[in-house]
Amino acid sequence: MDAELSTATEIPQPESFSFDEESLKAIDVIVKRYPPGRQASAVIPLLYVVQRQMRRSTGSAWVPNKGMDAVAERLGMAPIRVYEVATFYFMFNMKPIGRHHLQVCATTPCWLRGSDEVSRACRDAGKLGGWGQTSEDGMFTLSEVECLGGCVNAPILQVDDDYYEDMDYESTVKLIEALRRGERPAPGSVIGRQTSAPEGGPQTLLDVPGE
Amino acid sequence: MALSDKDRIFTNLYGLQDWRLPAARKRGQWDGTKALIEKGRDWIIEEVKNSGLRGRGGAGFPTGLKWSFMPKQPGDRPHYLVVNADESEPGTCKDRDILRHDPHTLIEGCLIAGVAMGAHAGYIYVRGEYYNEHLVLQAAIDEAYAAGLLGPNACGAGWDFDLYVHRGAGAYICGEETALIESLEGKKGMPRLKPPFPAAVGLYGCPSTVNNVETIAVVPTILRRGAPWFAGFGRPKNSGTKIFCIQGHVNKPCNVEEEMSIPLRELIEKHAGGVRGGWDNLLAVIPGGSSTPMIPKAVCDDVLMDFDALREHKTGLGTAGVIVMDKSTDLIKAIARLSTFYKHESCGQCTPCREGMGWVKRMMDRMVEGRAEVTEIDVLEQVTRQIEGHTICALADGGVWPVQGLIRHFRPMMEERIAAYKAGKAAPMALAAE
Ligand SMILES: Cc1cc2nc3c(=O)[nH]c(=O)nc-3n(C[C@H](O)[C@H](O)[C@H](O)COP(=O)(O)O)c2cc1C
Ligand code: SF4
Ligand code: FES
Repeated sequence: MDAELSTATEIPQPESFSFDEESLKAIDVIVKRYPPGRQASAVIPLLYVVQRQMRRSTGSAWVPNKGMDAVAERLGMAPIRVYEVATFYFMFNMKPIGRHHLQVCATTPCWLRGSDEVSRACRDAGKLGGWGQTSEDGMFTLSEVECLGGCVNAPILQVDDDYYEDMDYESTVKLIEALRRGERPAPGSVIGRQTSAPEGGPQTLLDVPGE
Repeated sequence: MALSDKDRIFTNLYGLQDWRLPAARKRGQWDGTKALIEKGRDWIIEEVKNSGLRGRGGAGFPTGLKWSFMPKQPGDRPHYLVVNADESEPGTCKDRDILRHDPHTLIEGCLIAGVAMGAHAGYIYVRGEYYNEHLVLQAAIDEAYAAGLLGPNACGAGWDFDLYVHRGAGAYICGEETALIESLEGKKGMPRLKPPFPAAVGLYGCPSTVNNVETIAVVPTILRRGAPWFAGFGRPKNSGTKIFCIQGHVNKPCNVEEEMSIPLRELIEKHAGGVRGGWDNLLAVIPGGSSTPMIPKAVCDDVLMDFDALREHKTGLGTAGVIVMDKSTDLIKAIARLSTFYKHESCGQCTPCREGMGWVKRMMDRMVEGRAEVTEIDVLEQVTRQIEGHTICALADGGVWPVQGLIRHFRPMMEERIAAYKAGKAAPMALAAE
């Protein structure tokens, strides 16, 4: 399942990487979660810190080789251990991506409800040739992903960290056009459903004590 | 006989109310937790056993029994509670609602489970894609600390308990409990050989128990309302209430908490607006997440949704992700896409899984086209039997069961596809011959 580890000749790698203030603060909180001597547990969280810092500083959320080295140094791990982890998991981008990562869920439950139309709309509106491609303007990268764990709101398009749910061709085009204008529509169901409740409103939990 | 709101555990499943502590308390969470803890470890385990609760992560192992496997006397190694919030089995999206809408049910459950298994620390492993959900969970944990419900002398009941959130990074295999532990230790998520089981050698080599989110989150309510209350729902050995995720070709897909053993048809018609085009338009249902073999309409007509009833039909309740497929569905393609999923997610350390999943996927892709011989259906079936039960973890089993289900119930459809392909090939030749 391993993703490809980029080599410096293929992908322009930054010369150096060091954690900024915001990252250092996040790291302080993270490493306290694990018992003494078990700092390796923080490897995934720290790779996220690298990826987020890259998004902040360059507009592209990815993990360069120097970033992995910085994680290895901070956690006292051999760099190869960090590379192994970074390439095993699918959520780390080993090369630069567009400003927005369009991730179309194409597993059977989403496919049954029209994920093919969502990916077609991504290709049309995002001007994307196919999976793994980044648009020429650097706005979008398109990926096919596996079940996102939101199947009762299928089909789902994940944009960066957010799920857009109950999508179809038109709503996908509208979303992508909004993103291109620099807008960020509210995530969740685009047909106005209350989260995972049935369309038209909940039929249960109408008689609950509380607020 | 349907479940009424007063007997629902997840009263904020849809997020109609606030998830925060004050609102959660009004819904009854964290009520009398101190007293429950003070009744002690043995009482908690006994109540959970008597409630009949079986694990909600897919395998349905009795929860109280599992907890009793943890060493009774604390040794020199700490004990850990590990909560499985990886939720990646296609068709499953129930834990997501607990994390984002009812996090305090889970947090309170973690404290109680921690006491029961002698653990002073717990880790909740949340799938990486649930970014927004993990923020809510972390905020709820912070609130619980601030209110003295977690941390030293949690709830004032004399038990120290720390709870942490750990995010995964997109790998279905990390839902397998030993892969999850490896991943939490900072390694690639590759399952370990069992035994030893986690209760003996788990996280950091210490006694650990891995439980699903829903399993842990129902425990406080069970203890408050009593084991007989929970055991009163569903058939014997299939107790309780359960969150079902109803999706695919239904009019109104949704999550809903219902009574175990509810008839499948009632579940779909009552809560999900029925099958698209009516019940007679139903072709097949995958009843418990992608790993469970499909059942044709004739079985769906009267099957009950519980562990034992579904097992009688050579399938399972799994995670209770109910994937409905109407007569417009290309069933072969639906299953071929699952084969693609399992191939993609194999961690690669066992040969039958690494090579077999790729082989099955390629064969299924040919079956979608019909570009195969009828005898190859038998070869495919035999290969799945050779993979099943011959690997370190159950990912490979889950990968071949859907294919077996397709062949068991819809072999004629596969044969027709092959015949149509051959006819299509033959037609132009026949024309040319004229
Ligand atoms: C490939 C694979 C993936 C799994 N994914 C999950 C998962 O996402 N969530 C989960 O709770 N259990 C999952 N399991 C089951 C766990 O291994 C384990 O049995 C479960 O977390 C135990 O919890 P329970 O006793 O509360 O059901 C998976 C198992 C396998 C083989
Ligand atoms: S069965 Fe597959 S996923 Fe499980 S350990 Fe073996 S290779 Fe890995
Ligand atoms: S299949 Fe797309 S969210 Fe589950």
